[in-house]
Amino acid sequence: MFGYYGKILHIDLTERKHWVEEKPEDWYKIWIGGVSMASRLCWENITPGCDPYSPENPVCIANGIFAGTPVPVGGKYGLASKSPMTNFIGDSLSGSWFSVALKRTGWDGVVIHGASDEWVNIFIDDERVEFRDATKLLGLDTFKTEEAIREQLADDQVRSATIGPSGEHMVRFANVTNDGRQAGRTGHGAIWGSKKLKAVSVRGTQGIKVADPDTLNKLSFNITKEAQGPHTSKYRILGTSTNVLNMNKLGLLPTRNYQEGVFEDAEKVSGEFLHEHHKVKTIACAQCPIACEQMSIAKKGPFTGAMTGIEYECLFANGPNLGINDMNAVIRLIEVADRSGMDAITMGLTISWAMETFEKGIFTREDFKSEKHPDGLDLRFGNGEAAVAVAEMIRDREGIGQILSEGTRMASLIIDDQRNTETWKWTMQAKGLETAGYDGRGLKTFALGSAVGVRGPCHNRTAAYDPDIQGEVDRFKVDDRRGELAKDTEEYAAVYDTLPLCKFIRRCFTGKADRAGAWPTIAQLVNATTGWNLQYEDIDLIGERAHAMKKAFNIREGWKRADDDLPYRWKHDPMTKGPSAGHVVTDEELEYMKDLYYIAKGWTPDGMIPKQKLQDLGMPDVAEAIGV
Amino acid sequence: MPVSTSKYRYVDCDPDLCIGCQICEYVCSYTKTGEYNTYRSRIRTVRVDEVLITAIACRTCENAPCVIACPQNALEQDPDTGIIHIDNQKCDACAWCIEACDFGAISINPATKLAEICDQCEDLEEGPQCVLWCPKEALSLTTPDQRAQKSRRELVKEEVVGPKK
Repeated sequence: MFGYYGKILHIDLTERKHWVEEKPEDWYKIWIGGVSMASRLCWENITPGCDPYSPENPVCIANGIFAGTPVPVGGKYGLASKSPMTNFIGDSLSGSWFSVALKRTGWDGVVIHGASDEWVNIFIDDERVEFRDATKLLGLDTFKTEEAIREQLADDQVRSATIGPSGEHMVRFANVTNDGRQAGRTGHGAIWGSKKLKAVSVRGTQGIKVADPDTLNKLSFNITKEAQGPHTSKYRILGTSTNVLNMNKLGLLPTRNYQEGVFEDAEKVSGEFLHEHHKVKTIACAQCPIACEQMSIAKKGPFTGAMTGIEYECLFANGPNLGINDMNAVIRLIEVADRSGMDAITMGLTISWAMETFEKGIFTREDFKSEKHPDGLDLRFGNGEAAVAVAEMIRDREGIGQILSEGTRMASLIIDDQRNTETWKWTMQAKGLETAGYDGRGLKTFALGSAVGVRGPCHNRTAAYDPDIQGEVDRFKVDDRRGELAKDTEEYAAVYDTLPLCKFIRRCFTGKADRAGAWPTIAQLVNATTGWNLQYEDIDLIGERAHAMKKAFNIREGWKRADDDLPYRWKHDPMTKGPSAGHVVTDEELEYMKDLYYIAKGWTPDGMIPKQKLQDLGMPDVAEAIGV
Repeated sequence: MPVSTSKYRYVDCDPDLCIGCQICEYVCSYTKTGEYNTYRSRIRTVRVDEVLITAIACRTCENAPCVIACPQNALEQDPDTGIIHIDNQKCDACAWCIEACDFGAISINPATKLAEICDQCEDLEEGPQCVLWCPKEALSLTTPDQRAQKSRRELVKEEVVGPKK
C-alpha cells in the first residue's frame, strides 16, 4: 500500500496500554484521511450519548494522504471528538510539522481512549509508545510546551500537539496547538484537559514512498511555482486580514457583537494597516510554498512586544467585533488566545457578548473584579485594556472567567438563570459554536450554510458566502437555488478538509477553483501517491461521504431538524447602518432554505438520511445504525 | 556564527526570505534516497523561534576541518569546487567530521552507517534541487564574496532608497 501504512494506533490512557488495529486498503479508499477519517474513527470508537468530558469520548487523529510528500499544502491532519461546545461532532484541522512527523512514524491515525489520573505526555517514537510524566509542563503556554518537550527529548525534530493553560483549566473552547497552528474550534483542548493529556509528541524517522514519485514531483513542482503568482497573492502579501476592508464595504464586518456591519475605524484594524505598521515576517506551515501567516508585533502602549500570527477571523472577532481600534490591543488579545491555547473566534465573541451585557447594564464593574483589577473593569466596547484583562480571566478561570470560559451559550444560560434576563438573545452562536466573520443577514446562502453546518456555523466547512459575494445570487433574498448551492459548497470544502489540502491552493491547479478546475489535478495527485485510479466523480464522492459521516454522527447523538438554526440576532435584529442595513433572515426564509437543502442532499424533510443513500455511498454499517 | 572564508560556492539561505516550509528537505532527501524523509536531508532548516528561520548546508570551507579531522582519510575536498567527497569504503561512521563542522552540515545515515554531506547535486545538470524548488528564492548557490556583495547592495537600497515594499 502506498500513501498509507494500514495501521491505526490505539492508546488507552486509563490502562496505560496500546494496541494496533489493521485496516484494509478499501477502508482508506472510502475515508481517505483528515476530517473524514477522524470522524469515521470517532464513529467507530465513541460510546454514543457520552458526556464529551468522559473517558468514553476518544481523541481521534487522522493524518493526511499527502503529509510528508512535496505536494504543496498537504501537511495537515484531522482531529475529531464529540464537541463539548455543541455535543455534536467536533472536527478540526491543523497544519504543519506534527502531521509530517506523524506520517513518518508509520501510523495513519491515532485513537486515544480513556483518561489519565496524572498529567501525561504521550510520546509516539516510531512504533514505540511512551507515557511521559507531564507535571513539569503544566502551566507552560503552547509554544513553550513544545520547546520544553524538544529539550527533554533532546531532538529538535520531535513535534508535539499540545494544550496550554486554557486546556488545563478546561476552558470549554480551548484548542489544540502544534507548531503555532491550531486545531482551533469546537473545544478539543478542553477534552484533552479532561483526560489530563497535556501533549502528544511524535518522532518519525521512516522515509515516505509513493507509487509514482516522478509524476508526483512534476505536479508538485508546477503547483509550487504557480503558488508564487497572482492566484495566492492575497494570502502571501496581506493574508486573509485584507477581508476587514472588503467586508466593511459590504456592510458585513461584525461590529460590536454584530450589532452593526460597518466599523467606523476599520482602516485602523485592517490587513493593510497591519502590514504597514506591525508585520514582522510571513511564515509558512510545513510543506507550504504560499506562506500566509503574518507574524505581527505590538509596538506601542502596555502591550508592546506582544507577537503572534494574525488572520481575518481572529482579527474581526477581537477588533471590530469588540469596537477596538487599537491594533496593539488586538494583537495582545490574539496572543493571549494563541499562547494559552484557546479559540480566538469564540473568545472574541464571548467578550463581545459580555461587553454588550455590560453596556446594557446587566453586568457591572463589580462583576469584573480580579486580583489584578480589584476595582473591576469598565468593559465597554472599545476598551482594549479591559478586553485583554477579561481574556486573561477566561484563560485562568478567574472570577467571572469561570462563567465566560464556558462560551456564550452556557454563560448566557447561567446569567439569565441568575438574573432573570434574556442575554441569550445577544449570543452569536448556533449549536453552541460561535459564528464566523461574515454576517449572515447580508449573505443568505451563507446563512443557510451556517445553520446546517454539522459542527456549527463555520466559514471553513462551507464556502456558501462565495455565490453571495460573487453576485451569483442576490445576497439579500432567498430563492430555490440556495439548497443546491449550500450542498455544493460544503461538499467542495469537505474534499479539501479530507485530503487534506489547504484551500488557499485551490486556484493554483489550473487557475480556476471550481470542481472542473481542481478535481482532475487532485485525482492525479492522489493516484500518483497511492497508485489508485480515482476519477473526477470519485473526488466528488470524497466530499459527500465525509459530510455524510459527520451528519450521521450527529444523528446518532440525537440531532433534530430544529438544531439547524441561526443566532437570534440574525433572525430578529436588523443592522441600522451600511449596505446590509435592514435585513434579517426570517424564520420562514430559513425553514424554506432548509427544506431546499435537505432535498438537494437527498435526505428526508426531517433532515434524516435514507438507508439507500448511505448504502449507495458505501456506508452499509452507518445505514444500518441511523438510516431511515 | 562561525564564518567560512572560502572561495567556493555553497548553498546559502537568506533568513529574511526563508518561510520554514522545509520543501528543500523533502526534495533533497528524495534526490539522494528516493524517499521523502527530512532526517535524511543534507540541507536542514533551523527554526529558533516563530520568525527566526533559515536553512544550512555544507559551506565548503577552505582547508575544511571535517577533512582534516577524519582519522580514516575518508573525506576529500575537490580543489576546484570545494565539494567534500566521502569515500564509502573508508568511512566508518566515527562522527569526528560532525564534531569538526561548525555548521552542523554533516550527518551519519543510521541505515548505511556512512557520513553524508551536501554535494550541490553536482551530478545533475540543473544543479542543487533545493535551490530549484525553493518557493521564495531564499536559497542560492553563491560564494562568500558574492553573498557580501548582495548584502552591501541590499543595505544601500534599504538605507538610501528606503525600505522594500
